[in-house]
Amino acid sequence: MPMSLRLSSLIWVAVAGLGAFTLGGVALHRGESIDALWLIVAAVCVYALAYRFYAAWIAARVLVLDADRATPAVRLANGRDFVPTHRWVVFGHHFAAIAGPGPLVGPTLAAQFGYLPGTLWILIGAVLGGCVQDMVVLFCSLRRDGRSLGQMARDELGPIAGSAALIGTFMILIVLISALGLTVVNAMKHSPWATATVAATIPIAMLIGLYMHQLRPGRVLEGSLIGLALLLLATVGGGWIDTLPGVRTWFDWDGASLAWMIMAYGFAAAILPVWLLLAPRDYLSTFLKLGTVFLLAIALVVLNPPLKMPAVTPFIDGSGPIFAGPVFPFVFITIACGAVSGFHALVASGTTPKLLDSEAPVPLVGYGSMILESFVAIMALVAATMLDPGVYFAINSPAGLIGTDPVQAAATITGWGYPVSAAQMAELAREMGETSLFSRTGGAPSLAVGMASIFSSAFGERLLAVWYHFAIMFEAVFILTTLDAGTRVGRFLLQDLLGTLWAPLGRTSWTPSVLFSSALVVAAWGYFLRMGVLDPNGGVNILWPLFGISNQMLAAIALSVATGILAKSGRLRYVWVTGLPLVWLIIVTTTAACYKVLSADPRIGFFAGARDLAERLASGTLPPEKAAVAPQLIFNLHIDGWLTVFFAALLWIIVLDMAYTVWRVATGRPVLPLRESAAVPALDLAQGERA
Amino acid sequence: MTVWIKPGLGRLRQAWALFRQWSGDDAYERYLAHHRAAHPDQAPLSRRAFIRRHHHERFSSGVNRCC
Repeated sequence: MPMSLRLSSLIWVAVAGLGAFTLGGVALHRGESIDALWLIVAAVCVYALAYRFYAAWIAARVLVLDADRATPAVRLANGRDFVPTHRWVVFGHHFAAIAGPGPLVGPTLAAQFGYLPGTLWILIGAVLGGCVQDMVVLFCSLRRDGRSLGQMARDELGPIAGSAALIGTFMILIVLISALGLTVVNAMKHSPWATATVAATIPIAMLIGLYMHQLRPGRVLEGSLIGLALLLLATVGGGWIDTLPGVRTWFDWDGASLAWMIMAYGFAAAILPVWLLLAPRDYLSTFLKLGTVFLLAIALVVLNPPLKMPAVTPFIDGSGPIFAGPVFPFVFITIACGAVSGFHALVASGTTPKLLDSEAPVPLVGYGSMILESFVAIMALVAATMLDPGVYFAINSPAGLIGTDPVQAAATITGWGYPVSAAQMAELAREMGETSLFSRTGGAPSLAVGMASIFSSAFGERLLAVWYHFAIMFEAVFILTTLDAGTRVGRFLLQDLLGTLWAPLGRTSWTPSVLFSSALVVAAWGYFLRMGVLDPNGGVNILWPLFGISNQMLAAIALSVATGILAKSGRLRYVWVTGLPLVWLIIVTTTAACYKVLSADPRIGFFAGARDLAERLASGTLPPEKAAVAPQLIFNLHIDGWLTVFFAALLWIIVLDMAYTVWRVATGRPVLPLRESAAVPALDLAQGERA
Repeated sequence: MTVWIKPGLGRLRQAWALFRQWSGDDAYERYLAHHRAAHPDQAPLSRRAFIRRHHHERFSSGVNRCC
């Protein structure tokens, strides 16, 4: 064995040993609190091993990547959407596109089960499921001129799967935007500082839009730098506004009013010219996102905080205050994006395959970006579990469960076994520059408290309140970016669909069609957002499971397409690579859907919740203000229940369609032809250009 | 000593170029280069017109932001 090979084997054995040791420590540790570094080191070792061995094996044996085969970017280069690009630039683009608020919010909510269930699923789900999905879908699209997931489903499996994928994509967009919108609303509710800061980000984005297009066209870095400085100024400025008695009331709103404002903003962003609001906001949010994640990683390593949450809490039985439902299947549904995200398949079959200059970087871009995303989820989990569990539950439990009186609420949570006092919460709220932190559900505020404590401990004890509002601003900026980008994508999908009914409605630049379809999309997510705001249980209990189910359903659709393609292209013996995570997602999603539809517990089952409310309304036990909105809530719960049934049906249609195709391949029957584009050696193409 | 610094500077310069490319700061320069090579007979767009088209296209083609 050559020296270098022996050395590298030794290093990998050491990584495996360290990984096994730290992961074992995380899993078996009980009693005293464990340090965050155990989790971080275990995660990094798992990622390194998975990337070095599993991703490389999939690339070589399953996908059989061919570095000499010309990619669409090379064959179809047009300087606009097909542009051969350096692998690290594509990696950066792809990561920036897939990294959203999901992996921050999901693990924060799932921390109610303790740190262990979330950690295990973030690691296992990512390396065996999410990374594989992203990489295989990227490969499939790369071999098909960058076709989208919906088109690939139609081409390779048939029209039924194709329509199911399209409808699924549209529905998940709607549910996603409403769930994220709720997070922002809850962070701004009765918080003049947060509201003023988030409101200021809109004119700041427009100012930068004017700068980048009128004053200094195309100077993206200059513009972004100025914008970031203004955002920091707005964070501090919000605190100043909060001290002005007359002005602060302008920014003091309840949830329902904020929901209307977010809808108005979403509509404006969808119809205004892209360069004025969407593009500059996107630049600012990307820099802010990557910068903050990087800062958080450094701070966590420097600080190495102890995790105060137990490994496993009693709430795994389904009685959790943040969302109801047992650890199986709800930890998988809740973590969603940090482990497996169906949404990534849309990015991996969108812009990214049109940029790769070779097939060789497919593992780096597909598998590697998802590893990084999963690591962000681990950091969010650390930020949630390093808080005192009592504080964590006080921030995240809805008022419907713990009441609105601080002393009573603190006593309730202490009764669960997680001591917290009203005085402690009042002091924390004062430090963070807020009036109260009880029942600020949605995940963003508790993450902001965690990040503020980490940043202020690592980079200086003072300024806790500024760090808190910086974290809120950071989350709001990129949630709003997802909201406007999502509304726009939803508008295009809807126009595509409406165009088949009446051709002019399909014209993406015809103003009446733009206004009409944008209004429809905003109304759709606005309806669910309002539903979440009105819900006495904080809305998270309704919207986040719906979002999780729809996202995992989309992942199952993507894995079905990938499995069908693997079977058709003569890799029948490797279909388990995408087939096993697919089977797991089918089990998880179907079980969760059954719970949400059939459970007799009114906090878990949608229909049971509606029945319970109807009975209490009929017997007159509801207080008058709750009785007034009860009919609306009952109607909403029915809609949620039927939507869940619809998601499950969509999933099974596409899975059965795929299974039928695989069965036909396995038994030698004819199937739709493989739509892979013809192989052109990259070298020939280069010589042809020169000739 | 200089032996160590020189490749270091080269690396830094390359990293900066990649960062500019990732952020889109050099989009117009790359457009001009592509345009000169592919359509030498036509006049290229002005900086302002190009950037507006570039951003419009970037946000009108599929999903590029996620949850």
